[in-house]
Amino acid sequence: MARFLVSRALQALVSILGVSTIIFVVMHLSGDPTLLLVPEGASREDVEVLRHQLGFDRPLAVQYADYLAGLARGDLGTSLVQRVPVSSIVAARLPYTLLLAGGALVVALGIGLPVGVITGVWRGTRVEALLMPVVLVGQSMPTFWSGILLILLCAVTWNVLPASGADSWSSLVMPAITLGALSMATFARLTRTGVVEELGRDYVRASRAKGVATPAIVLRHVLRNASIPIITVAALEIANLLAGAVIVETVFAWPGLGQLAIQSIAGRDFLVVQALVLLASFTCVALNLLADLLYGVVDPRITRLAGAR
Amino acid sequence: MSGAALTAELAVPARGRVAAAVPAGLLLLFVLLAVGAPSLAPVDPARQSLLARLRPPGTQVGGITHWLGTDELGRDLLSRVLYGARVSLLVAFLSVCVSGSVGTLLGMLAGFRRGLTEGLIMRVVDMVLSIPPILLAIITVAVLGPGLQNLILVLGFTRWPRYTRVAYGQTLRVAPLPFITASRLGGARSGRLLVRHVLPNILPALVVVATLEFGLMVLFEAGLSFLGLGIQPPTPSWGGILAVGRNYIASAWWIATLPGLCLFLLVLTVNLLGDQLRDRLDPRATVR
Repeated sequence: MARFLVSRALQALVSILGVSTIIFVVMHLSGDPTLLLVPEGASREDVEVLRHQLGFDRPLAVQYADYLAGLARGDLGTSLVQRVPVSSIVAARLPYTLLLAGGALVVALGIGLPVGVITGVWRGTRVEALLMPVVLVGQSMPTFWSGILLILLCAVTWNVLPASGADSWSSLVMPAITLGALSMATFARLTRTGVVEELGRDYVRASRAKGVATPAIVLRHVLRNASIPIITVAALEIANLLAGAVIVETVFAWPGLGQLAIQSIAGRDFLVVQALVLLASFTCVALNLLADLLYGVVDPRITRLAGAR
Repeated sequence: MSGAALTAELAVPARGRVAAAVPAGLLLLFVLLAVGAPSLAPVDPARQSLLARLRPPGTQVGGITHWLGTDELGRDLLSRVLYGARVSLLVAFLSVCVSGSVGTLLGMLAGFRRGLTEGLIMRVVDMVLSIPPILLAIITVAVLGPGLQNLILVLGFTRWPRYTRVAYGQTLRVAPLPFITASRLGGARSGRLLVRHVLPNILPALVVVATLEFGLMVLFEAGLSFLGLGIQPPTPSWGGILAVGRNYIASAWWIATLPGLCLFLLVLTVNLLGDQLRDRLDPRATVR
């Protein structure tokens, strides 16, 4: 078990190092990152001074080492536009995005899991024929369109929910549904596949022969066995939700990290943008690690196999 | 397996033929509409008319019927949607070409060369995949600047790892087969082996990935254009029209809803087609 933990944690560290490197390369793609950081119309001398101040006139290798050292200390730099540490700008917006992602996850799992179980158990019936198109539609709706349609329906036509902002709890409803719809479809499909696969196994037949009712079989045995792929994808989906928040927050003017990213690009505050992408990627790596560790809890066979290697 | 074998695998049992042709037919319709946009569009998509601002679908202004209404500058929405389809399909197609060829090449190399090449390529794949794709695209476009060409390059070069994974796995499956060994003993060089023997055999799985990626690229282009990072106005793009429509949602519902519907239908069509192809070309991937 310990060996499994250590090897997975090391892999995660390598991934984080790699991701940081890729972002470093991307930031230098334009040739001169200084130009990304100065306001438009800055004079040549100002750019020179800033380049020296920020150390962009040093050799790339030195810059890279410096950047990694900063990251290791948790130092994301200081915003040149707002003259405050990037970390405090990000921290101020983080709760909103967490709230939105949490709400979306509740929508996704709360609808996706039951739909998946129902369509899996009642495969080939009218119930499935009715529910599967809903899943397919949820999967193909671009969030910036479904969001606008929701605004049109709930805010403009019926006037029951606020169209934008984050003033009350009711503001969370539409963004959470919009963001959650895509993951809902993923969870539904995955759960359905898992349930169908597990229902064909011997232990299900044995339970049936013993006289156990179908709901009990599904809830107690099938779901537990089908949960491995669901956990993996849930980890990926949370990362997707954080990324999808960029568009949904723009549609609903929700003051989270996504809106911050777009505002920072418009305001040429690239250190904030860089910090946001790094944060999302690190979260993604961490969630994947967490998923791997959770497998062991759900299915002890996996850790035993990995430990034996 | 060659082209003929691929066609054979694509052949559909008679009873499902009509239903199976629907997504492919719809996609063809989209392509035809996009290609024919210059002759199909009732007016120039850039022509502004301040007298015909924000008119609902079906209004007639100055002898021109605006079937889908007009936008905030009095431009004909139908024409803009048709021209938007060109942008959407072009960006998606070209970026799939870029990412598909880069990804496939690297995947085949990793699977064929093994050793250091394999380790290096597959590690980079894992790393790129741990950056949320839309964020990677956003930061790269933000650094390089928006516009059609950059958009294609960015989408092309940020989306290759998925093809690499599939090409790698498939190459590992094909490489030890006897006909590869036979061909190698016959004196064929690695490059020839990869192109003539490995590629045709791993193509079906890659076609499936490319189809699904195509739908995703349509969404990415629209999403980035919606955020103002993709296609720049006045060039019409569905994402850009939607962004404008969001601001006029209370007074002119048609601006946002109709291009969004096209986008939704196109993505739905491509996803259905991708699912079909997967069922047919990659039998292990589905549980029925």
